[in-house]
Amino acid sequence: MVKLNLLLLAALVFCALSLVTSRHQARKLFVELEREQKLARTYDVEFGQLQLEQSTWAMPARIENIAREQLKMQLPRPGRIQVVDGGSR
Amino acid sequence: MIAMSATRAATTPKLPRLRAPLLFGMLLALFVLLAARSLYLQWIDNAFLQEQGSSRYSRDLEVPAHRGRILDRFGEPLAISTPVKAIWAWPEKVEATPGQLQALAVALELPPSALAAKLDANDDFVYLKRAVAPEVAAGIAALGIKGVHDDDEYRRYYPGGEVMSHILGFTGDRDVGQEGIELAQQAWLGGTPGGRRVIINRRGEVVEDVANIRSPREGRDLALSIDSRLQYLAYRELRAAVELNKAKAGGLVILDARTGEILALANLPSYNPNNRTRVARERMRNRALTDIFEPGSTLKPFTIAAALEAGKVQPSSVIDTAPGTLTIGKATIHDAHREGVLTVEQVVQKSSNVGAAQIALSLPPERMWSTLSGAGFGAPLKSGFPGEVSGRLRPAKSWRPIEQATMAYGHGISVNLVQLARAYTIFATDGELKPVTLFKEAGPVAGPPVLKAETARAVRHMLEMVVMPGGTAPKAQVPGYRVAGKTGTAHKLEGGTYINKFVASFVGFAPASNPRLIIAVMIDEPSGGQYYGGSVAAPVFSSVMGAALRLLGVPTDAPLSSILPPAEAAEVQEET
Repeated sequence: MVKLNLLLLAALVFCALSLVTSRHQARKLFVELEREQKLARTYDVEFGQLQLEQSTWAMPARIENIAREQLKMQLPRPGRIQVVDGGSR
Repeated sequence: MIAMSATRAATTPKLPRLRAPLLFGMLLALFVLLAARSLYLQWIDNAFLQEQGSSRYSRDLEVPAHRGRILDRFGEPLAISTPVKAIWAWPEKVEATPGQLQALAVALELPPSALAAKLDANDDFVYLKRAVAPEVAAGIAALGIKGVHDDDEYRRYYPGGEVMSHILGFTGDRDVGQEGIELAQQAWLGGTPGGRRVIINRRGEVVEDVANIRSPREGRDLALSIDSRLQYLAYRELRAAVELNKAKAGGLVILDARTGEILALANLPSYNPNNRTRVARERMRNRALTDIFEPGSTLKPFTIAAALEAGKVQPSSVIDTAPGTLTIGKATIHDAHREGVLTVEQVVQKSSNVGAAQIALSLPPERMWSTLSGAGFGAPLKSGFPGEVSGRLRPAKSWRPIEQATMAYGHGISVNLVQLARAYTIFATDGELKPVTLFKEAGPVAGPPVLKAETARAVRHMLEMVVMPGGTAPKAQVPGYRVAGKTGTAHKLEGGTYINKFVASFVGFAPASNPRLIIAVMIDEPSGGQYYGGSVAAPVFSSVMGAALRLLGVPTDAPLSSILPPAEAAEVQEET
């Protein structure tokens, strides 16, 4: 009887300790998850800002301005356009 | 204790007999009281203590949700929300050295006097600055000024600025839509923040998720039918024309002739949605959808189509418009220039009011009404845009002959610009009225048939004659493409009478052999000397259409050399 009780006690202590460790593990992993999620949110924010930046740089008004002013590009006059037939379509 | 008093009893004088039980009873009662109280707190009145306890370790956190982006048809972002910080202060609690205040003013880009004024305010709460970039806010937090705090908020940015502002609208406080698509699609775009309960440790780190109070619902992205390249093009050309003609306002719509999608919708005057302080309400109106006007001669093709459908005339039937006037009852209709005998085709080409009125009067009112109504006039567009108006088409029973005659050339009926552009889908297709939409469609969309295919083709041919020499709008020609369209120059109504102010318009489509785009241009009160649709609106149509077809890579259907330089083309001034 005593033997059985001791065995049960040992099992109980073992269970209790493993509960404590797994609990600790879970918390540690959770903190890590939180940190990663926070990071993901910051990247998300950064992505939005970069998208905004990209579309601001890519505004047709700006591109046209650069093409005309810096690169001195212009539309060809009708007389200088030659249409190439799309071939045997 | 009891044992002690018992041993002492032998040596000391006898104590009162009841003392010991009494004390024992009292102490027992106190213990019972304590136990009862603790039981009470543990089982019955436990809310307060539990709350106090959990407030030491548990927190309810808000899970933020983004507002969805608005994209153009190719996925280019037109509106994006990014998190920013609102810097606020509790003036009474602010403790700062002059140096700190100086640094704060610099970081906020406020003059020190303005900052001091805000901090002197007699409020518990004052915003120092809103929509501050997160890096700037971090710098301010690093100053460590007591009583100065920051809050998370979202700010919406519109990279397109004034070019897109009328379609998109804008959001107000808390990123809630207030105008345009932002308002109309609030339910789709808006996110609902969620909440969760967590356990934190003494360092304030979250260590465990306890419960999900509410799942956040992220706002969804919305793809519009707008092509941002065409939109920019439309806005640029429209602005140039409005400035050149010193006009009060203007509108331009580009429709996809196959799907009815709105590819571009520009309005002037405009505003920059990123900086709306002191913008008049007036400038925010999306005139192409929320304002109606009398279309004038752009309505003539519908009269002709009704007559062709009814079998009253053929394209080559002859109408005598001499002497250039037509008297009905007390009213007289004028042609600005006498034309004499015209074919039905030429009535459209030269835009003769008398001719159109004669053709209209040969029709029963119901017949004409059903064609106009079939083309979508007088009925809501159902574009889903807030504040959209449907224009007015009175029931045929109430028409007097003079009204039927003036309606033939677009007076006594009102439309908005998008409605007018949509009506032309019946000529751009073989008689189908396409439903318009601001949202992207996957493929061609079928609409209800309104005209017989041969009627639509006959009118399309007449509309092509309009831009040819002898028509009212040679300036609408586009090199390399066959173009069809119709001018309009309408007197404006003010206080019930027609005044000498005009609305110049042009609606057309190209390539005429297989229409891809429909463009409607409207210039309100041009006052730069010119006011005819053929000279004010047609050039805008031509430049936008030419560039748009090139951008979309639409194959040419006419030789490039076919065009006449605009100055040499004979232009017929049209009626009003």
